[in-house]
Parts: sequence; C-alpha cells; structure tokens
Amino acid sequence: MDAMVRELSYAQAIQEAMAIAMDMDERVFLMGEDIGVYGGAFQVTGDLVDRYGADRVLDTPISELGGAGVAVGAAVTGMRPIFEFQFSDFATLAMEQIVNQAAKMRFMLGGEVSVPVVMRFPAGSGTGAAAQHSQSLEAWLGHVPGLKVIQPATPYDAKGMLLAAVADPDPVMIFEHKLLYKAKGPVPEGYYTVPIGKADIRREGRDLTIVATSIMVQKALDAAATLEAEGIDVEVVDLRTIRPMDKQTVIDSVKKTSRMMCVYEAVKTLGIGAEVSAMIAESEAFDYLDAPIVRLGGAETPIPYNPELEKATVPQVPDIISAARDLVKGVR
Amino acid sequence: MAGASKAVADSRANLPFVYRQYSAEQLKEVLYKMYLIRRFEEGAEESYMRGLIHGTMHLSIGQEASAMGICMPLTEDDQITSTHRGHGHCIAKGAEVKRMFAEFFGKTTGYCKGRGGSMHIADVGKGNLGANGIVGGGIPIAVGAALSSKMMKTGKVVVSFFGDGANNEGAFHEALNMAAVWKLPVIFVCENNGYGMSTSTARSTAVKNIADRASAYSMPGVIVNGNIFSEVAEASHKAVERARAGEGPTLIESKTYRHRGHSKSDRNRYRTKEEIEDWMSNRDPITLFENELREFGFIDDKGIESIRDAVAKEIADGIEFAKASPSPDVRDTANYVYTEQA
Ligand SMILES: Cc1ncc(C[n+]2csc(CCOP(=O)(O)OP(=O)(O)O)c2C)c(N)n1
Ligand SMILES: [Mg+2]
Repeated sequence: MDAMVRELSYAQAIQEAMAIAMDMDERVFLMGEDIGVYGGAFQVTGDLVDRYGADRVLDTPISELGGAGVAVGAAVTGMRPIFEFQFSDFATLAMEQIVNQAAKMRFMLGGEVSVPVVMRFPAGSGTGAAAQHSQSLEAWLGHVPGLKVIQPATPYDAKGMLLAAVADPDPVMIFEHKLLYKAKGPVPEGYYTVPIGKADIRREGRDLTIVATSIMVQKALDAAATLEAEGIDVEVVDLRTIRPMDKQTVIDSVKKTSRMMCVYEAVKTLGIGAEVSAMIAESEAFDYLDAPIVRLGGAETPIPYNPELEKATVPQVPDIISAARDLVKGVR
Repeated sequence: MAGASKAVADSRANLPFVYRQYSAEQLKEVLYKMYLIRRFEEGAEESYMRGLIHGTMHLSIGQEASAMGICMPLTEDDQITSTHRGHGHCIAKGAEVKRMFAEFFGKTTGYCKGRGGSMHIADVGKGNLGANGIVGGGIPIAVGAALSSKMMKTGKVVVSFFGDGANNEGAFHEALNMAAVWKLPVIFVCENNGYGMSTSTARSTAVKNIADRASAYSMPGVIVNGNIFSEVAEASHKAVERARAGEGPTLIESKTYRHRGHSKSDRNRYRTKEEIEDWMSNRDPITLFENELREFGFIDDKGIESIRDAVAKEIADGIEFAKASPSPDVRDTANYVYTEQA
C-alpha cells in the first residue's frame, strides 16, 4: 500500500477528492465563484474545469445566497453539488439557505427528502486579509441541528472527509483553514473515506489533553514537542468534527490525563471550547479532573489588519506552551 | 466647486461639459489627482512587492477618470461608500495619501489606525464611509446614509460605488428598490470593468448593460464611457442635481477597465494580453484627459511635467511618513471593538 501514498498539499488533496467524486458519480458537480478558469481563489479547484468542463465546474455570479440555495435545490432533486464559498466569511450572506433551508428541509418534510449538499468554506486568519476575510465561523453552523460540520486538519483527512461528505445523505459543511492549503502530508491514491463524527488522537500523552481543531492541531503538536523536553507529556485530540461531536474520545482522554485544555482559533466566548468543556463537566470525566479546564481561543475582537495585531488575536504555539505549563504545574 | 466666469464660459461654448463648467485651475487639480491615484497605487504595489505591506490589494489603475468624474460635483459634506477597489474613490473624495500609505503599512497614523488596511480604507471626515470587503456590502449602507440625509434634512447626497460583479448580489436589488420607493438622494455608480474577478459580465449577468437594471426600479439608468473624465463628470452632475432636488436616485454605469489583475494573486487567465494592451495604450483615462486639456489650451507640456513632479514628491513624502509612523501596540487589540464610554 505504501507505494500508493504520496505527499500532497491540503489543497491538492481536496482537489483530488473532488476529481474522484466526479469520476465515481456523474451527479457530483462543483459550484462557486471563480472556480473555473481562475482555479478558485486559493487554487483548490485548479485545472478541474479543463478536465471536467464548465458544466460540472460551474462558475456562479457573485451571488452567495442564490448560489447556496441553488445548490440546496439541486441536492434535494437528485444532484450532488459541492459548493465552494470563496471565503467562509461570505457564509453570512447565505445563512438563510444554509440555516433555514438546507438544515431543516428533511425534518420539516417529515423525512421525505434528503439534502446531500457539501459546502466548503476557506476560513481563518493569518493572511493579512483583515476583519471581513479572516473569521472562523464554524461554531455558528455547529449550532444548527441538521448540519454536519467538519474541520479536517491534515491533507489525509481533507481528502477522506470530503469523500465521506459527498457520500453523506445530509448537508456537510467543511471548514478549511487557509493557512493549511499549502501544508503537505501523506495522502493515499484512490478512494477512501475518513468518518465524519470521529475524533483522532494525534499524539498520546499522560499529563494533559489538548483538544484542538483545524490549524490548532499542528500548533498543539508543536507545543507538545517542546513540552516533552520539559517532562510534560501532552495528548493531542484532533476533534475533526464539531457536529456531531465525538464525545467519547475526549472523555476517555481526559479520564486518562486528568487535565484538559481546548485550543481553537475562533473567538473564545460561546465557542467550541465552551461546548467541549461543558460536555466534560457533564460527563464521568469530571470526577477525574485535577485542575480547572482551560480554553485558549481567539481574542474578543474582529481580526485586525496589522500583522502583529493579527497574530496576537489568535493562539500561537508559545501561548499554548505557557498555558499548558501553568495548567500542569497548577498555576492559576 | 465654483464654476468658470461667464466670459470664459462663452469662449468655451463648444467644448465638452467640464471645460465649460470648471476653471483651468480646477481642471488641472483633477489631472493632479488622477496622477495621484495612479502613483499612489503604483507606490502601494511596489511596497507590497518589497514586503512592506502585507495581505492583498485591488488596484484601480485604469479607472481613475471614473472616481474623479463621479466625485467632481460632490461637496465635502456629501458621502460615498466604496469597494475593495477603493483607493481611487478615497483620494477623489479628498483623502491624504500619506495617511492612506500609513494604513497600508499598518500604522497608527493610518485612516483606520492600522486595523483596516487597503480593503477597509476610509476617510470618514471627508465623507468616505469606507471601502468594503464584502461585494455589494456598501450599497444598502449608502441608501441608509441617504435616508439619514432625508430624515435629518442635511441636503447631503450619497454615492455608492460598486463593481459589475456586485450587481448580482441580492443587496444591490433590495437597496435600489428602497432608494427608489423612498426617493432618496443616492447615486448608484457601477464601475463596470468587464469582470468580477475572472467572470465576465456576459457570463454572470443576464442583461447587456448594468444600467438596464435601472428600469426595474424606476430610476434613470445612464451609461458613460468611464475613461473619459468629462463624460463621467457630466453624468454625475445631472444625477447630483436630481438627488438634491428630491427626485430620487440614479444608476450610472461607468464602463471602464482595470489594467492590473483582480488582486495580487491573479494569473490573468480569463482575458487576453491583447485586450489588456489595447485598453492600456488606446484608452488610458489619464492620457485621454491630458490630451483634451492640452488640445483645449488648459495646459502645456511644462504644466503637465510640473504636475507629475509634484505628485512624485507627494507620493515619496507619503511613503516616508508611513514608514516613520508608529505601529499599534499589541496590547491594544481590544480597542475600537465597542465605543469607548467615559
Ligand atoms: C460577498 C462577497 N463575495 C465574494 C467576494 C470575493 N470577491 C472580492 S472582489 C470580487 C469581484 C468583484 O467584482 P466587481 O464587483 O466587478 O468589482 P471589481 O473587482 O471588478 O472592481 C470577488 C468575487 C467578496 N469579497 N464578497
Ligand atoms: Mg468588475
């Protein structure tokens, strides 16, 4: 099997998954702004238009509300659209179709229809694109029953989870951190899926569980490498799916380490960290905790343009290291 | 702005509108500002290439006549909303390039104190309510500003700049309808440069001209050659008069072209070199305006030379100002999220 594994970037892995999905099922097609000849704002669709034609790699006008709604309508009636938002921030223009329609249609119609739509959202800060192009809004959609919301953190997962999303009969929202697009990792050729709703333990450890999402997984691993030299043994749980959340993996990890920290880029308050923390507090793992839970999230501010301010508003590796150190040493 | 005197006006009777309406000084000021926009963007582009500016930017090089023509009849009290391609609008409405550079360099002396950058450049003091990172995002805001003007009886006229791509957003349609129903003093200015990113209007838009949309909202729809300053300014004058008279909105479609790619990451695969070359060498708005000024005797080569020199100096000074300005303190990330209250 090893011979079939190559190093691909996260963006290439997504592109390959979309190509495989289109090869396997003629109902699958791509929609989005500038995904054709331009190749997508982040070159994720790349040259797919040359291989699959403009009918299956469909450039839309700049119409997020309408575009998302058209994708929902096509999904309900037999097609399998993969809709790319140019930036996740523009989901705000399409909230109506995502939240009121895609998420609820099956329920409202008593199970008479399914909405097998996939939506992709390039998310996150770090590119100097300022307040309206840098947000992490995944928890917004994570709050809506009827949607599945995933955040692959590696090229391997990006491909496998996208293929799982296409195969899924319900709407799946994929948040892709823009800074991950160029990150490389091993990706097998051909079809495989990575299950939605299953977290992954990226690093085993005894002293502390860090539950991280998306780009924060790598940052947590980097922090863990430094902390190991200090004798602090960190377990890193990559949540991967925020709805439906894999509670058991997190609970089991916390029972083992007795300490938990959540690290995510989105604004800290009312976010994923709150959910994971409350879930642990409600679970049997609560009795195992040796220290209060710690959340590291984005600052309570829009993302600023100035690069130093921009960095200061989201957790960085040194922030994770010092918070983990304090947590393990009992510093409050 | 005050018009030309009666005697001067008579001697220019056969010239296009702006040459009758404005003094030689005013027209030379327009040329100065068109150069200022061009050189500002070239300076920003170069600074970006040298790593002094981060993020991305959208240059309006090739669209200077449109920004200047539309803003010509506006007073300092009038307001605009602008777009991601908004540097020209900002300068045309009266901003200082040194504070714009400072913003691009992320400094506290910038118009947004380093928080906004190119895509959110604004100059609220001069009536620019801001560029926008959201395509179409500024259009309803302009209508709201016009509603304020009407309710507060300030007499302000509001201009909303947007691109051809924005006309396919719901916000455009909702905003135009309300402006028309309430007869608001707002002017919708579509700068049609042929493309929304890579997508031509032919591929994205069901009507041939964006101005055709006006009839659906019962307002005049006017098409102008956006690269001819005089044409743009004349249309803007009429629309401003109509707005001030309480007769309601106008949609102006200013047909133009951007010489540069959409942003800093554009490979220009959706248009030909020949097309770009044609617009650059045969329809450059600054060259066209310069030629007219020369032909009608408003300026000579020496005058043009001295304008270029003065602009070069203002740009160089602006970049120095930006470089020398302080960066914000990272402890101040929470500033301006909410209004500071005593
Ligand atoms: C709501 C929204 N959708 C998409 C984008 C990404 N985007 C930025 S500019 C642009 C093209 C805009 O085209 P147009 O309105 O014609 O303005 P131009 O760039 O040509 O000046 C796109 C798609 C955005 N910023 N906001
Ligand atoms: Mg355009």
